[in-house]
Amino acid sequence: MNQTCCGQPMANSGCENESKATASLFVENFNDFDYIVGAAPSCVGFVKEHYDILDQNQEVIHVREKIYDITEFLLDVLKIETIDAKFPYKVGLHQSCHSLREMRMGQSSEINGPAFSKQKQILNMVEGLELIELDRTDECCGFGGTFCVTEDAVSAKMGKDRVADHERNGAEVITGGDISCLMHLEGVIRRQQKDIKIVHLVEILNGKTL
Amino acid sequence: MNHSQLAAQFIKDDARTDWHDKALWFVRYKRDLQTKKVPEWEDLRKLASQIKANVLSNLDNYLVQFEENAIKNGIHVHWARDAHEHNEIILKILTDRNVRKMVKSKSMLTEECHLNPYLIKNGIEVIDTDLGERIIQLRNETPSHIVLPAIHLKKEDVGETFHKFLGSEKGASDPNYLTEVARGHLREQFLTADAALTGVNFAIAETGGFVVCTNEGNADLGVHLAPVHIASMGLEKIIPRQIDLGVFLRLLARSATGQPITTYSSHFLKPEKDNEIHIVIVDNSRSEQLGREDFRKSLYCIRCGACMNTCPVYRRSGGHSYSYTVPGPIGSILAPGIDLKKHASMAFASTLCGSCTDVCPVKIDIHHQLYKWRQIIAKEGKISFSKRTMMKLMGYFFSRPKLYRFAGSMVRKVIPVAPRFMLYNKMNAWGKERELPQAPKKSFREWYKSENKASNNEQ
Repeated sequence: MNQTCCGQPMANSGCENESKATASLFVENFNDFDYIVGAAPSCVGFVKEHYDILDQNQEVIHVREKIYDITEFLLDVLKIETIDAKFPYKVGLHQSCHSLREMRMGQSSEINGPAFSKQKQILNMVEGLELIELDRTDECCGFGGTFCVTEDAVSAKMGKDRVADHERNGAEVITGGDISCLMHLEGVIRRQQKDIKIVHLVEILNGKTL
Repeated sequence: MNHSQLAAQFIKDDARTDWHDKALWFVRYKRDLQTKKVPEWEDLRKLASQIKANVLSNLDNYLVQFEENAIKNGIHVHWARDAHEHNEIILKILTDRNVRKMVKSKSMLTEECHLNPYLIKNGIEVIDTDLGERIIQLRNETPSHIVLPAIHLKKEDVGETFHKFLGSEKGASDPNYLTEVARGHLREQFLTADAALTGVNFAIAETGGFVVCTNEGNADLGVHLAPVHIASMGLEKIIPRQIDLGVFLRLLARSATGQPITTYSSHFLKPEKDNEIHIVIVDNSRSEQLGREDFRKSLYCIRCGACMNTCPVYRRSGGHSYSYTVPGPIGSILAPGIDLKKHASMAFASTLCGSCTDVCPVKIDIHHQLYKWRQIIAKEGKISFSKRTMMKLMGYFFSRPKLYRFAGSMVRKVIPVAPRFMLYNKMNAWGKERELPQAPKKSFREWYKSENKASNNEQ
């Protein structure tokens, strides 16, 4: 109940030192649990990859090993094969950079390897959900942490282009696993006063109705 | 102006930004088509990366071996500590032979050393023969991409330039016509040149030879029509054996342009009778980079440009918005080592999406190096005061749960009631083209507590 942040924003801006206290608090809050589940591959990825900024004591190591993104957790730990949820809409999945190129929860388009996507796998369990095909399957949304304000022109342009790709391909809803990407895309959509809805994929799994 | 400001200018022309973005994405797309045809692509990348690791760990030995073998074959080998020495060495070779005109095929190293203006200042006429390089040379611009130097220009721009400088039709934009104009013009240059300079894609320690890859054959036209061939080489361009070309030549063009191989892959071993070959091996801060454990892998680079084609930021800001000769992702991990202050903004011109790392044929961990450079740049005080302060504040608030909750509740109270002009103004960079997130009534913690209470009451 005392959680705050994983500490990524400061570290990505070059200020790893400013993240240390926040990261320590994270470990303090979560080290008593068998599993830690997060709804953002970017945060989960940061803990896994970059908590080497802390001294590697037992608690830190435990947290880094036992932290999962929720899709990973559902499929790899709980091994669920069905989900009791309905979402009869055309859905565009935004595969975040962290989910693909950091956490490798799916194959990135750059790599010549077998196609797989944990997020697609789990969304395909939802009744009525139709995943649309994008022109660029995994281009970055442009949020990028403080990038969204320090390079706001490029950031907004990237966000607009992503939204346009989903729109062009018939998405009624854009979903994804990373809250920062969704917040950024939603900001663009609301400014453009478009009808597309933004829903986190966990909300879909949880049986959200529009 | 830093990257952010130059990028904002570039993006103002929305249609042109879309065009530039699509043009470079198309090159990435063509790359993908090629790589998917090579089942062992990922193994090739791994192998190339390992060969380069071996090269860097034994660089001194390979360079000495290369020099020995090259000299045995009659090639003159020169060593340049920095850009200035490189330029001086080349000038001396030219003036000693009364060279008046030199043709040049593409060499980013010579751009890095600013060779052209130096030679011109000293009375040598220099003609760039790579089509893209010639176009920008006429326009007095720098290349915006290391493989496609004029990618920022449309055919109409080229038509205008050729009309102005080569006397072709005004308003021409047909690529075939414009290419013919360039061919005719350049053929004349090749025939009247006294020397030819090329870059070096790969130098082979085992043989003392080197390889130059072009699509236009301009390297070959140049060197076969002139008695002196000068080759400029970064010292990291060496590979151990002839057989290693089988790895690198398979990776290079597929990564760079989406071709299985460039039209010409020219292997130079010995000078033709009565001709000379000179190779100038350049350091220019490469050995310094070699000494940086976190960043030495950037020296694996074979200058394919795939990282630029795949970079969503590069595509939407153009090569000229970066402060270093080599732009884009690879430029951004090379440049801070050369001038931390001047090139600080380059390391932040990225969302750390990692696409560059995944396309790099030699598996340079580009986005990890960008992250690491950011730590150094921030530590050296080369980030803005406002950013530094914001990070300190975040570090303070995010490590104190009660303060964090208080700040959150303030934001949730203010956003719904604040008048629009207060939330959306020049100070709010987020708000220029996006709406702020809607503030929920409760924080997650408040919601969770009340849900828990409710379900406990039900039980």
